[in-house]
Amino acid sequence: MLLRHTTADVTERTALTINPAKTCQPIGAMYAALGIHACLPHSHGSQGCCSYHRSTLTRHYKEPVMAGTSSFTEGSSVFGGQANLLQAIANIFDIYDPDVIAVHTTCLSETIGDDLVQIIAKAREEGSIPPGKMVIHTNTPSYAGSHVTGFSSMVKSMVGYFSEPSDIRSRTINIIPGWVEPSDMREIKRLVGLLGAESIMFPDTSDVLDAPQTGKHVFYPKGGVTMPALRRTGESAVTLALGPTASEAAAKALDVKCGVPCETMTLPIGLQATDRFIDAVRLHSGHGVPVAIEEERGRLIDIMTDMGQYLQGKRVALWGDPDQLVALSEFLVDLDMKPVYVVTGTPGKVFERRMERALQGRVPEAKVQQGATADMFLMHQWIKQEPVDLLIGNTYGKYIARDEDIPFVRHGFPILDRIGHSYFPTVGYTGAIRLLEKFLDVFLDRRDRDDPEERFELVM
Amino acid sequence: MRKIAIYGKGGIGKSTTTQNTVAALAEMGRQVMVVGCDPKADSTRLLMGGLVQKTVLDTLRDEGEDVELDDICKTGYGNTRCTESGGPEPGVGCAGRGIITSINMLEQLGAYDESRKLDYTFYDVLGDVVCGGFAMPIREGKAQEIYIVCSGEMMAMYAANNICKGIVKFAQAGGVRLGGLICNSRNCDNEREMIEELARKIGTQMIHFVPRDNDVQRAEINRKTVIEWNPECPQADEYRTLARNIENNKMFVVPKPLAIEELEALLMAFGLAA
Repeated sequence: MLLRHTTADVTERTALTINPAKTCQPIGAMYAALGIHACLPHSHGSQGCCSYHRSTLTRHYKEPVMAGTSSFTEGSSVFGGQANLLQAIANIFDIYDPDVIAVHTTCLSETIGDDLVQIIAKAREEGSIPPGKMVIHTNTPSYAGSHVTGFSSMVKSMVGYFSEPSDIRSRTINIIPGWVEPSDMREIKRLVGLLGAESIMFPDTSDVLDAPQTGKHVFYPKGGVTMPALRRTGESAVTLALGPTASEAAAKALDVKCGVPCETMTLPIGLQATDRFIDAVRLHSGHGVPVAIEEERGRLIDIMTDMGQYLQGKRVALWGDPDQLVALSEFLVDLDMKPVYVVTGTPGKVFERRMERALQGRVPEAKVQQGATADMFLMHQWIKQEPVDLLIGNTYGKYIARDEDIPFVRHGFPILDRIGHSYFPTVGYTGAIRLLEKFLDVFLDRRDRDDPEERFELVM
Repeated sequence: MRKIAIYGKGGIGKSTTTQNTVAALAEMGRQVMVVGCDPKADSTRLLMGGLVQKTVLDTLRDEGEDVELDDICKTGYGNTRCTESGGPEPGVGCAGRGIITSINMLEQLGAYDESRKLDYTFYDVLGDVVCGGFAMPIREGKAQEIYIVCSGEMMAMYAANNICKGIVKFAQAGGVRLGGLICNSRNCDNEREMIEELARKIGTQMIHFVPRDNDVQRAEINRKTVIEWNPECPQADEYRTLARNIENNKMFVVPKPLAIEELEALLMAFGLAA
């Protein structure tokens, strides 16, 4: 009982977070930056920040994650980090030769107020940025927002640095996929391709963080959105921002800068959200929905109806990032399940309103919270008050799953103790089938373990 | 050893007053160290005969953490030990962190050790206590006494009162106490009476009224304290008196800062009375 001190009584807390359901801003900026082709993320701060973010990304994606750091010392904190960053930019282009360096700040460089715009301009003036190469930046103070904010800010910076206003309007659809897995990005591109639409996805970590083993180490894998593609986002017909928390800021910035209209949608997880996504792409592509996609949808519906008996009425606790939680909750409701406890450490009151819509009025007992005190501890307390049948969230839930002996499906970031998330999507109809498979596996495994001998079933 | 911090509004004459008082103490045969806590690094200019000193942070930047005390602590007028913490250029980095770094470094290097037989250490601190770094000299049992330089001008009094709020906070945690207000006269109406009254209301004393005298300016142009430049002039005696008053001071209090309305009422009563 690792969490044996957690009690069922909830006392009001104002200044204490226990096991937060979020992490630092820069890790999101770093992940987003890896979705640009041949980009080296750079952490402007002390070494520890960079190490933590790199190692957490590495543990989740099981791939080497490269990033530079300004390696602040006592001296840099006092005199500012300009000298270190200038040196870093010169060294990185010299030694590692990326196309893009994506700099994000840290709490330390934010607090002393380093001016990255000025420092990058100085690097260019000094000739440290080779022709055709780019240094971009975003501000990521971790005392505000969460890792999702950092992701969102870096994607917005891509628009600020790259997207070019144009007189041409192409038929291309920009897709900002949100903070999803490389497998999800690949799946979204596949669906858009089947619908016959041209698209630019940014960021795009497929073929970066799920690169195959070839026996040869490639410093910059083949994936990632390229600089020319990012520039052309300014002439696209529309931007689809998947998940408002992670993607809307960039989509709106692109509208303001280049006049590309945008639509913000739920992440396409589950039946209805995927329907809406497919429909939006269909409208903008001008093609009908191909049979292949209709069949995928049909298979999902088939499994939902076949297996509904095992899902109906199950109480679920979820934690993680707002965009995922909203989409998952809507799907769970469509499966006649009950997402009763939902927490995210990413602050923003709008989350509660979005959850209300996702629950479709069908889970009146649901408890939904966001922000600093919406942590894993609070969720555990709720579970102690009235148990649930299923946990869905990142690896940090395994302590609760073990103590309370509750089936647990890993989803979200980070997953440090299982594989699969980088390779098998949970978006789209096939992604929904995979989620269903996972839910059913844990429920039915539990039955096989716990059912009395006379009820032990061969066929389920 | 007595450790004293001098605070006050920017431009009020903290550095000038500190150095002249230190010169007077040195003249009395005391061993004194001055630690300049201002990024401009002009707290020891008069004792050193010019801005000749490499600051602690310059040294740290140029030579890394392998710094020796003699690199950063120089001997000035009357055998005073002079050191400047220094800091970043205007508009970059973090000056407050600079003060923390340099005071820690002085401690590590043994600048305050018994063997140095210091009678006094003076910290000359920039402006208000704007952030944690500028409170470093009064944190964790560093300076135990504070003197605030002020004048009869509204903003100087306002700053003095504000600094008292900082002192209250640190007095509760550590042993720091207010030793008094030093009035560095600007020839305001009723200035002496007003500062005496302000001191009384805050619960302290005006430890000396330093009159305005152009000899201070003349000495500064010659990069000297008044004591060194013209030991016979009347202003030199004023600083000697201030030094003696500090030496003999027994009144150390936790100040009671005023509400802004009280402060304004004080100005109405004294500033317009003449």
